[in-house]
Amino acid sequence: MTVAIVGAAESDLGVTGASILGLQAQAITRALDDAGIALGAVDGIATTGVSRFSATQMADYLGIQPSWTDSTFAGGSAFEMFVARAAQAIDAGQCSTVLITFGSDQRSARSRSLGGAGEAHTPEAIFEAPYGPLFPISYYAMAAQRYLHAYGAGREQLAEIAVAAREWALLNPKAFRYGAGPLTAADVLAAPMISSPLTAADCCLVTDGGGAVVLTSLERARDLRRQPVVVLGYGESTTNTSMTGADDLLRPGSFDSGRRAFAMAGLEPSDVDVAEVYDSFTITVLLTLEGLGFCAPGEAAGFVAGGRIRPGGDFPLNTNGGGLSYCHPGQYGLLLLVEAVRQLRGESGDRQVPDAEIALAHGTGGILSSHATVLLGADR
Amino acid sequence: MIEDEWWAATADRRLTVQRCRACGHAQHYPRELCTGCGGTDLEFTEASGHGTVDSFTVVHRAPSPAFQAPYVLARVRLAEGPILLTHLTGPGPWACDEPVRVGWRPLPDGRHLPVFEKDA
Ligand SMILES: [Zn+2]
Repeated sequence: MTVAIVGAAESDLGVTGASILGLQAQAITRALDDAGIALGAVDGIATTGVSRFSATQMADYLGIQPSWTDSTFAGGSAFEMFVARAAQAIDAGQCSTVLITFGSDQRSARSRSLGGAGEAHTPEAIFEAPYGPLFPISYYAMAAQRYLHAYGAGREQLAEIAVAAREWALLNPKAFRYGAGPLTAADVLAAPMISSPLTAADCCLVTDGGGAVVLTSLERARDLRRQPVVVLGYGESTTNTSMTGADDLLRPGSFDSGRRAFAMAGLEPSDVDVAEVYDSFTITVLLTLEGLGFCAPGEAAGFVAGGRIRPGGDFPLNTNGGGLSYCHPGQYGLLLLVEAVRQLRGESGDRQVPDAEIALAHGTGGILSSHATVLLGADR
Repeated sequence: MIEDEWWAATADRRLTVQRCRACGHAQHYPRELCTGCGGTDLEFTEASGHGTVDSFTVVHRAPSPAFQAPYVLARVRLAEGPILLTHLTGPGPWACDEPVRVGWRPLPDGRHLPVFEKDA
């Protein structure tokens, strides 16, 4: 691979009162400043969640005429997919400098609804909506129920994902729950039940937020101000939109996306120093750790126990506090990349993983619908 | 449209699954092609109405005023193979892999919503 991430930044996060385009502008200007690249040098844009024509909209807003765009709409995994497509486009010579960006005002705008956004002509609207599923939580809840049943796990083992995320968030001044104090498994179990077995504390935050990363060729990256973060490999899998399309709730697409990414990078799960895994819900993380091969199916509940994924543990996971305690602006995948980049640059302050050289970012979209894994490495 | 045929059968309390005449594959929701072989020669066949609970969740917050929480949402694996999203009705508690059978909840327009209850 010959492409690197050379700039990364967050917009304002949390409750911002800002608009989608305002948050986008913050993230973009900060990321370009981080990279030391002028706006006029950008010739590729990948974004989603802006409008019907998201990348086109952003190009107009930025006043540029890019030679490459992508607006793949795949929920939280879109940004890891964008990394793959951007790397290919840069390698192919279609563009040289790509901005991958996101901004959401969903908390300030109160635009999130429990039932999700339905489209009347879809099979989900015709065959599933009559039963009133909460979207997406009820699907993850059914995956969790199946997980507990199949593997004899307990709800407190799911809760460890939220407990550990809070421990990390307490080290991250940007985190929504920074200063909120620690969370216990008992707190998670006692939180209001939303869709059993998941309580409100098993669910990600609803916040504003956004971010941007800048990609260019590794050759050019080495002349820029920041230490390049090299794209080592990527893999995807797209599986279902309906709640009945997946035959086995415990074998989501991460099993395939992870295998593909590791094969491309020539790496093994044991090579990963820090992992940023989409934590829309606690169950999402257990299933993804198994899918990516960090442990065998059914073993994640035990794998995460004993402080292993908390600060100081030997498997640093979701080191910014994750979607559960840091920020979840609807599509969180961009912020997974930002944290992975910062960890590989050694810029993560109190939460820095010592000597992190290989990072994994895994995005999950929809109802375990789309999965994209990216492996990143420090250029040392 | 194909979805209307499926729903029309529920007016007679008939639960149907689509079967491919070429390869025998059974599928739900109904489609204009077979996901098993790509063929287009499909028919609706009557399902036995028996299945097992693949998984379930008790929904405690209704997504709209049309629903009254709590209710039990489930994936039921039909004996014929396909999975349906449905409700579990009657007394719980519920467990994955429990056998269930179809019941019918009337809709105002004469159709019925297939739901599932314990299969004694
Ligand atoms: Zn067929």
